[in-house]
Amino acid sequence: MAKDYDYIVAGAGMVGAAIAAGLAGQGKRVLMLDGADTDLRAAKANFGLVWVQGKGYGNPHYQRLSRLAARLWPAFADELERETGIKLDYEQRGGLHFCLGQAQWDERALRMGQWQAQAAETGSCIDMLDRGGLERMFPAVRWGAEVSGASFGQMDGHVNPLRLLAALQAAFLSRGGALRSQHPVLDIQAQQGGGFLVHAGTEDHPTVYGASNVVLAAGLGSVALGPMVALDVPLRPQRGQLLVTERVAPLLPVPASGLRQTGEGTVMIGVTQEEVGYDLSTTTDAAVRMSRKALRVLPDLADARWVRHWSCLRVMTPDGVPVYAESTQYPGAWTALCHSGVTLASFHAGPFARALAERKLPDSLEIFHHERFDVSQAA
Amino acid sequence: MFRKLHEPGAQALTLTIDGVPVRAEPGETVAAVLLRQQTAALRTTPVNESPRAPYCMMGVCFDCLAIVDGVASTQTCLVTVREGMRVERQFGKRSVLP
Repeated sequence: MAKDYDYIVAGAGMVGAAIAAGLAGQGKRVLMLDGADTDLRAAKANFGLVWVQGKGYGNPHYQRLSRLAARLWPAFADELERETGIKLDYEQRGGLHFCLGQAQWDERALRMGQWQAQAAETGSCIDMLDRGGLERMFPAVRWGAEVSGASFGQMDGHVNPLRLLAALQAAFLSRGGALRSQHPVLDIQAQQGGGFLVHAGTEDHPTVYGASNVVLAAGLGSVALGPMVALDVPLRPQRGQLLVTERVAPLLPVPASGLRQTGEGTVMIGVTQEEVGYDLSTTTDAAVRMSRKALRVLPDLADARWVRHWSCLRVMTPDGVPVYAESTQYPGAWTALCHSGVTLASFHAGPFARALAERKLPDSLEIFHHERFDVSQAA
Repeated sequence: MFRKLHEPGAQALTLTIDGVPVRAEPGETVAAVLLRQQTAALRTTPVNESPRAPYCMMGVCFDCLAIVDGVASTQTCLVTVREGMRVERQFGKRSVLP
């Protein structure tokens, strides 16, 4: 029983599916357990940015990881599309962070300069564009009068996140992985001498699966699972709301922080960062603020119909930086938790899954261990 | 296609669909008028450009979108006809740019 699988991955969202697909690609026997339809599922509501600029401000390791993931993305997307036949709408033609007024531009230029200096060896990937520079780079776009410029991140891009999730799961299955939906993990028991028994499904009729390794990648659901294998990671939900318009002809050629047009023409308008616990409400106040901000950047959006408004909960660690760790007490139990599952998907399916397959996280990932949140360690 | 069971008679008003005058009865919806036309399809979808006609007639399906008095993507099943109203069919992905 204890060796049914080499790996059981708890969570079939953006992080779990990427890791599981990567492990299956390494020839491992992998079972991926997906939770209930009503679970929080950050992977089904995200913005779809593959984003580098500003990531890991104050944490150069996270900046380097984001840059690595972005560099891996083109080949990763190409392979995933060829393998699954699912079009990802992936583009890496740079991304914008808009500034309204001169003060915002000055502040952004300063911040991006500091951010780049924090990992200076990685080279520059930001161009600060003033209004004229922005107009020269995108001559067809009708920017709002207040737009003073933007920071342009050369490495930034975007992808259809729902298709990415579908493709990761499809690749996982075609590589021989097993997926059980409606199988939330109920209990994990570490076995003497190694290995784990994982109880999943309904309380009345749980199924027990055995594996040499378990990987917790269940987003906010990991809060309940972590203590079962001594991987207690402090996580909190952070609410993000966003608006989407009807599909319209192209008007924004590259994605921006909080504003992007999808390959099919939808304009996504975001985003909020709200500390409201597990409250999934949408609010008119946020809708007003987001649409006002978007109209200051692209006034022509006023004529587009707004068709949906939703919220979802980000998976946030105390410092916003990912957690990658193996349990000290129960070797073979691993966890991967982060907010940026889309950007980091190339890393999770590639180098991270390969490291897990070897049962050894590289030293370069030590900095991402959650012991950094332990007060006694920090002191 | 659909036809009315009675004629609106003296109360009839006139609107235009793609510039062609069409008679309608006060109180009925633009979608109902569109369904009576030779071609009931009033739009094509933005991505695949496949034809669509009014469907749910109660504001849910968003298949009856057309340009009404210059306002694009209007749900015509929720708008009642007015004298002189200009209705245009809407094809593919529209632009919000001037």
